[in-house]
Amino acid sequence: MRFEHPATFNPIDQLKVVGRPTSRIEGPLKTTGTAPYAYERHDVVTEQAYGYVVGSAIGKGRINAIDLAAAKAAPGVLAIVTAGNAGKLDKAERNPAPLLGGPEIAHYHQAVAVVVAETFEQARAAAQLVRVDYAPGDGRFDLAASRDKAFTPDPKIGGPADTAVGDFAATFAAAPVQLDATYTTPDQGHAMIEPHASIAAWEGDGLTVWTSNQMIAWGATDLAKTLGIPKENVRLISPYIGGGFGGKLFLRADVLLAALGARAAARPVKVALQRPLMFNNTTHRPATIQRIRIGADRDGKISAIGHESWSGNVKDGEPEVTVNQTRLLYAGANRMTAMRLSELDLAEGNAMRAPGEASGMMALEIAIDELAEKFGMDPIELRIKNDTQVDPEHPERPFSKRQLVECLREGATRFGWSRRNPQTGKVRDGRFLVGFGVAAAFRNNLLTKSAARVRLDRDGRVTVETDMTDIGTGSYTIIGQTAAEMMGVPLDKVVVRLGDSDFPVSCGSGGQWGGNNSTAGVYAACVKLREAIAQKLGFNSAEAVFADDVVRSGNRSVALAQAAGNDGITAEDAIEYGDLAKTYQQSTFGAHFVEVGVDADTAEVRVRRMLAVCAAGRILNPTAARSQVIGAMTMGVGAALMEDLVVDKRHGFFVNHDLAGYEVPVHADIPHQDMFFLDETDPMSSPMKAKGVAELGICGVAAAVANAVYNATGVRVRDYPITLDKLLDRMPDAA
Amino acid sequence: MTRVSFDVNGEPHQLELDTRTTLLDALREHLHLTGTKKGCDHGQCGACTVIVDGRRINSCLTLAVMHQGNEITTIEGLGSPEQLHPMQAAFVKHDGYQCGYCTPGQICSAVAVLDEIRAGIPSHVTADLIAPVRLSNAELRERMSGNICRCGAYSNIAEAIGEVAGRSA
Amino acid sequence: MRTFSYERAASPDAAAAAAGQATNAKFIAGGTNLLDLMKLEIETPAHLIDVNGLALDRIDATADGGLRIGALVRNTDLAADGRVRRDYAVLSRALLAGASGQLRNKATTAGNLLQRTRCPYFYDTNLPCNKRKPGSGCAAIGGFSRQHAVIGASEACIATHPSDMAVAMRALDAVIETVRPDGATRTIPIAELHRLPGDHPEVETTLAPGELITAVVLPKPVGGAQAYRKVRDRASYAFALVSVAAIVQPDGSGRVALGGVAHKPWRVEAAEAELPRGAKAVTARLLADARPTRDNAFKLPLAERTLSAVLREARA
Repeated sequence: MRFEHPATFNPIDQLKVVGRPTSRIEGPLKTTGTAPYAYERHDVVTEQAYGYVVGSAIGKGRINAIDLAAAKAAPGVLAIVTAGNAGKLDKAERNPAPLLGGPEIAHYHQAVAVVVAETFEQARAAAQLVRVDYAPGDGRFDLAASRDKAFTPDPKIGGPADTAVGDFAATFAAAPVQLDATYTTPDQGHAMIEPHASIAAWEGDGLTVWTSNQMIAWGATDLAKTLGIPKENVRLISPYIGGGFGGKLFLRADVLLAALGARAAARPVKVALQRPLMFNNTTHRPATIQRIRIGADRDGKISAIGHESWSGNVKDGEPEVTVNQTRLLYAGANRMTAMRLSELDLAEGNAMRAPGEASGMMALEIAIDELAEKFGMDPIELRIKNDTQVDPEHPERPFSKRQLVECLREGATRFGWSRRNPQTGKVRDGRFLVGFGVAAAFRNNLLTKSAARVRLDRDGRVTVETDMTDIGTGSYTIIGQTAAEMMGVPLDKVVVRLGDSDFPVSCGSGGQWGGNNSTAGVYAACVKLREAIAQKLGFNSAEAVFADDVVRSGNRSVALAQAAGNDGITAEDAIEYGDLAKTYQQSTFGAHFVEVGVDADTAEVRVRRMLAVCAAGRILNPTAARSQVIGAMTMGVGAALMEDLVVDKRHGFFVNHDLAGYEVPVHADIPHQDMFFLDETDPMSSPMKAKGVAELGICGVAAAVANAVYNATGVRVRDYPITLDKLLDRMPDAA
Repeated sequence: MTRVSFDVNGEPHQLELDTRTTLLDALREHLHLTGTKKGCDHGQCGACTVIVDGRRINSCLTLAVMHQGNEITTIEGLGSPEQLHPMQAAFVKHDGYQCGYCTPGQICSAVAVLDEIRAGIPSHVTADLIAPVRLSNAELRERMSGNICRCGAYSNIAEAIGEVAGRSA
Repeated sequence: MRTFSYERAASPDAAAAAAGQATNAKFIAGGTNLLDLMKLEIETPAHLIDVNGLALDRIDATADGGLRIGALVRNTDLAADGRVRRDYAVLSRALLAGASGQLRNKATTAGNLLQRTRCPYFYDTNLPCNKRKPGSGCAAIGGFSRQHAVIGASEACIATHPSDMAVAMRALDAVIETVRPDGATRTIPIAELHRLPGDHPEVETTLAPGELITAVVLPKPVGGAQAYRKVRDRASYAFALVSVAAIVQPDGSGRVALGGVAHKPWRVEAAEAELPRGAKAVTARLLADARPTRDNAFKLPLAERTLSAVLREARA
């Protein structure tokens, strides 16, 4: 199905199932520990052996030699795979650094060997006996130091490196009110709780991998490419994924090493990346330096806005596209954005929840707060004053829907924003200085092809199959709701099967595109199935009504179970998109409100209240969507206050590479969170009229926290995370 | 290799294990009770939480052979998809999870936390060490802090536990 | 983790004797730190002596009005003990500020004292560390040292001791009871248990090889307002940047020990004479010889401000 014109009334608009707050259909499995994750599939193949990964001990350089003798002789060892004995390996484009390193080492903890043994304990012990002789080389690990040597990249996603409209330089220079500030964001880790894990089994030339991956088709394609085997010979299965956040978008070392280990050991092999290895071995959200300049008239209208950003990556890696939202969020006739990239020899930087906007909004939304203060204007009013209903770089493109102003106003009322004291450092509650902060939320809505297969069985049951994944987003449930709505059956008559490369290729989970696109793909397949059923019954498919397990047309009605017949009826289709995303700018909007308490003595920051108001198209399942947003808000608190992969610039690695050293929020850090969706449908996005929401929830949160800290203390911190050491010397004197 | 016997969810088990085997790996790899999760294997996430002789512990940081004669309760022992434990049902109702991987540990912890409060064990946020411990949102959040949820379901988890606590109080 | 032999000890004497006979033996109780380190082969014992079966899990009153805490009393139980909550609140508070509920259920009194540093360079076996591999150097010096010691460190090591409990016990003048492989028992004031790193950061305590801690004795209660304040980036389940254990008497005298600043719980009795003059005067003495790194210089004002808050609350 091609989606080329704005959606009109369709069966989804009945909202009998879609749009209702619905508990996750897989909830009973997840809460009883019976949902099977990758490393646990004792049921799928017997004789599973265990692989343990050896990571590079240097950040850059070469392997002179590897001595495997002691490890090979260790009890239980079945095979050891290194780049030297793995055979020829290719490299997928989506993996800029090889997943199995050697002799060249691209980054610290790059896998250099996998040791396969009968038991986990044996593999772990033998891995310690692998002796690697390294020749360390000179690496580049310092983003700030590389800033002057950065080059202009050619980004694959997120538009060109540079954009310009009008005359930014002259307008900024002449602006009566100017802001020129530089912000930094650190490297951050996904830190999903399930490590990357895979079980690989060969049967002849065929390879099956039970894994934990957000993008099944990418994974299968890239595994085949890396191994140099036909894609048809590879099957990936990933029904449950213990968190991804972008960290499991790509083929990673666990998959490749399980496959290579299984080939070498002639046994199924399972590999989970060890937690202390994950932060340097896999991808992360790269650090950024961002300079923002805004010029404004005395009445608060922005006349010039410029956003420059520097980030680093491995060779052939992408820049962090932090300037995206600045191209779209606020009006202003004179504009410039620019991204520069440095080659660094740290692990690969890549997508983490809301790549681009998450980091960009951390900077931009402090800048707006700073600008508002220059005017003595309420930061909400400044944002409203500079709202735009068209793409400011291309004014001929309107936003399909844009309710930023409504989000800000609704949030202000719900949060009690009027109680904010605009003077900093004035509100005290016991030992805490209290402050309010606000930030806009913004994240683009992305459209991408997505396919599904739907079958109606003789018992009236509907089965949906698509390689779509559920990484905690609620895919199982919203896909089930979509099929139930379309086919006129209750949700418990829908079976949803996901995450298998034998199923039609979906959009996968990433970029907050999963919900809208995957359900639109299911919609397309259901339309086809409805047509097939109507045709079989001799009904006019345009008139056929599917409801209450029955299909009706005129005065005829047939139970769906009966319509299916003994063999059932199957249909498959995909949603594909025309130009609506080009003629309209499709984005999602929101507003974040945060109240913090800053300990007047120790400068410890604790979040006391949080509210998000979001406008993101039709909300397919308010329960799951709300969870996505509050989860993103939680990650935003981490970004604001604690998350920081610290680079040791001498040795070239992230030092705090475990879950004790890399702190993410715990229960005690997160208060009750409020979340409200504005009523919205967006007919430009898809027949579902939905948009993404899971990443919108993080965009702006950290800045709202930062702005609240400023309101509480009068201390402006522009370098994340806002840890107490950055506040302490400017805090009021201890009483 | 060392022999050890203990009860898991009321069932006696006799195992002959590599002495290095953690309780977590004994459950997951030997008894195939994979509801208990391995998130970090170093006591830094809480996904492996089980209840041993009535107390919650990190099963990754203890050797199986150190549990001779113990009674171990895992997530599978609390309830099944057909017959959910009230805490499991509350997690479903309040959407107290997303990816589901930390969930069994959260639920085992939550069940034990309510027992700890009933037993009068204080916490870091207990204002008065002498007075009886009272249940509050702050108490739940502090006591649950050894279970990391990267999906960020904390607010919902607290509501789920609060509901069960209210019902059982 | 390397292979090891395993035995369950029947008595403290037998445990110590076994440790004396075996080469490279370690006692295991809670295991929450030892197993963590064994998985990374930072600890590589050839023999484990499981002491969990020993009857050292009681808290008993002593003849002079104090408490004898068995080495195996779990952190949860010690924190929850009514006598500790009433008479040694600083200890209860310190315990509850540490780790997580799960870890406190397993971790023991003796094991908590013997925790090893959480320095990330100690934990990464690819990096030099004099504590892990004597003579290899210290990667923390000149590296990421935000968590590290500001006082009492050496050219060889700038690690901190991670315990909260030990800081409170230092303020309480606890005494450690031990038995050695030859059956001899002795007591060690807590001030003398932990060492500064000097040239041998790998030697962390004054315990002899095979010496087993059997109990920790708290002297009779000293009263006063007792507080333990732990400062950290996240609100729970994190090690201290700085912590303050304080006991403040109505007359303004008292005791102060700091955590997170040194290779051992940090207390300088002479500094306590400054208590009536306030936190600034106390910390000036307490941290007089501090030599912080650029990353952790904030710990000096933080310690002062935290102590100031503790004193203010104690006097309120």
